[in-house]
Amino acid sequence: MTSEPEKINITVEFSGGLELLFSNQHHHKVTIPSHQQKTDEKSNTTQGPRTTIRDLVTYLCDEVMKDPRRDLFVLDGTVRPGILVLINDTDWELEGEDAYEIKEGDAVLFVSTLHGG
Amino acid sequence: MDMTSTHAVELLKKQIASHELQLDELKRQLAEAQSYQPEQQQQELHEPTFQPYSDPLAHDFAHGVAEDYMNEVLDVLSHQSVQSTLPNRWPLSQGEYRRYGRQLIMPEIGLQGQLKLKNASVLIIGVGGLGCPAASYLVGAGVGTLGLVDEDVVEESNLHRQILHSTARVGMSKVDSALVSLQSLNPNVKLVPHRGRLTPETAISTVRPYDIVLDCTDTPASRYLISDTCVLLGKPLVSASALRIDGQMMVLNNPPRPAGDLTGGPCYRCIFPKPPPPESVVTCGDGGILGPVVGVMGVLQALETIKVLTRTPSPGNEAPSSEPPTLLIFSAYTNPMFRSIRLRSRKAKCAACSPHATITPEALNSGSLDYVQFCGIVDPVNFLSPEERISAENYAKLRMEVNPYTGTEPDKNNHILVDVREKVQFEIGNIEGSVNIPFSNVSGLPVPKPNTSSVVSDNATWVSELRNTPEKPIFVVCQRGNDSQVVVKKLKELGLDNGGQRWIGDIKGGLVAWREKIDRDFPEYY
Repeated sequence: MTSEPEKINITVEFSGGLELLFSNQHHHKVTIPSHQQKTDEKSNTTQGPRTTIRDLVTYLCDEVMKDPRRDLFVLDGTVRPGILVLINDTDWELEGEDAYEIKEGDAVLFVSTLHGG
Repeated sequence: MDMTSTHAVELLKKQIASHELQLDELKRQLAEAQSYQPEQQQQELHEPTFQPYSDPLAHDFAHGVAEDYMNEVLDVLSHQSVQSTLPNRWPLSQGEYRRYGRQLIMPEIGLQGQLKLKNASVLIIGVGGLGCPAASYLVGAGVGTLGLVDEDVVEESNLHRQILHSTARVGMSKVDSALVSLQSLNPNVKLVPHRGRLTPETAISTVRPYDIVLDCTDTPASRYLISDTCVLLGKPLVSASALRIDGQMMVLNNPPRPAGDLTGGPCYRCIFPKPPPPESVVTCGDGGILGPVVGVMGVLQALETIKVLTRTPSPGNEAPSSEPPTLLIFSAYTNPMFRSIRLRSRKAKCAACSPHATITPEALNSGSLDYVQFCGIVDPVNFLSPEERISAENYAKLRMEVNPYTGTEPDKNNHILVDVREKVQFEIGNIEGSVNIPFSNVSGLPVPKPNTSSVVSDNATWVSELRNTPEKPIFVVCQRGNDSQVVVKKLKELGLDNGGQRWIGDIKGGLVAWREKIDRDFPEYY
């Protein structure tokens, strides 16, 4: 048994049309646990690893996204091709991609590429 | 005369009218240029030349100065005068100094920058919402050569944003229409038309003569092709896109080092190694586009191009300095409207620009790389059975004529017509008596699991309203007859067909067919 995990507050933003999947809202204030929970074979939950972008994506799909068209956001367990993920205005490729551990106050931006011209 | 030849005649009339306008403009410019000429000649006369007896010094020369000294001085003076009429005395023509003066006096450009622009050749691929403003500013700025690639013809629905084209030139090829505008804007620029689509087979030979490329196209397939070609040929690429109220821009392959050199700028494939699923790609035709939004992005492409072409080597470094790669995001209805995102550098395993690159000039030239296949194609929606679909003509009969089978009088109220276009489109025009249930409301609704339908509460009022009239057949209509099929399927999943007792189907070809076959006055906005 452990106490409630610590919570962290972050902002999540959608752009390039992705906001249409999230109630047509660009900015979302999201509160998530700082650590994931681990359950052992005796059903005891302990504090697991820190919450990553991967966990955030799952959380957004389960808790924030109302639209059932999940495949327009995630594909094969990760953000679908054609979406850039930016952590504090920097390409997530420079920050460890979906293994990036989220910190209090982080700003995560999901941008869908546009093709019109 | 049939429809096509009538159309051709109309087209030719428009083109003749447009060319006549252009001819008038050229004649006016010629007259203007000719009226300048005597003025210039007069100015040349005013330049210092030796005129005997006109001043005291001349008097000395004529009367009191030794002849050899006088000849020497005269020789110097005459040399000066010869020099002043040499054509290459100044690197730009008088007209060019006047035309480019406002940018010439800026330290960012200066004479050297202007000469770099004059010696530069730029290729714009796509002469639409991005390409038109980009071309205007680059031709205005005085690039030496500008190539234009496009296969399309001007349509009326282009004119709100594609500012080089005109009402009179609807039906003309976009490249030719752009040539007319750009030629009159700045006759100093050499314009090179490339009428037709850029294909893997033509890409290398088309792009090779140019110094820098602007991607102003509108499909993922063309974006990958252009990026790959620029990497293979070592050309910087200014890439932009826009949709609805958003725009994005990146300067790629900048600096354009050879594949395998990780100090070169990232290419399109480094940023987007995999293409997006085709069903996630929305075109301006489907999603809409605000003119100034795409205009801003095209103007910014011209700006970045000017910056790349005129950049100077940084002190102590031979190679011109380059900004770290960024993605510029524009969003017209957020504050601030612009933000810049730091991008990754070249990807170590990039298929185009890494040491492990698999994309080669040979593969491109041979046509073995299928970019359209790579990016995928959305299959046309066609999953309803013929019994679930009705043609626009038959639906019209049902509304307006006596039913030949049942003998029932036509009645708009004996069925429900559901229009699933978004509200804003529904408000532009709709079939009388139709109810609007936007596609996004329907597709966003969770479908109850089988065997639990009896306990599922209808969490949308429109669902319960449809349930309240279980006897009326439901006809679903959308723009083209794709979304309507999805909705028919969904309504049945929601159990609204009462286990098959109520007919639910859609109108084939949607409102496009309705307009073509039944109601020519219906607004044509697509």
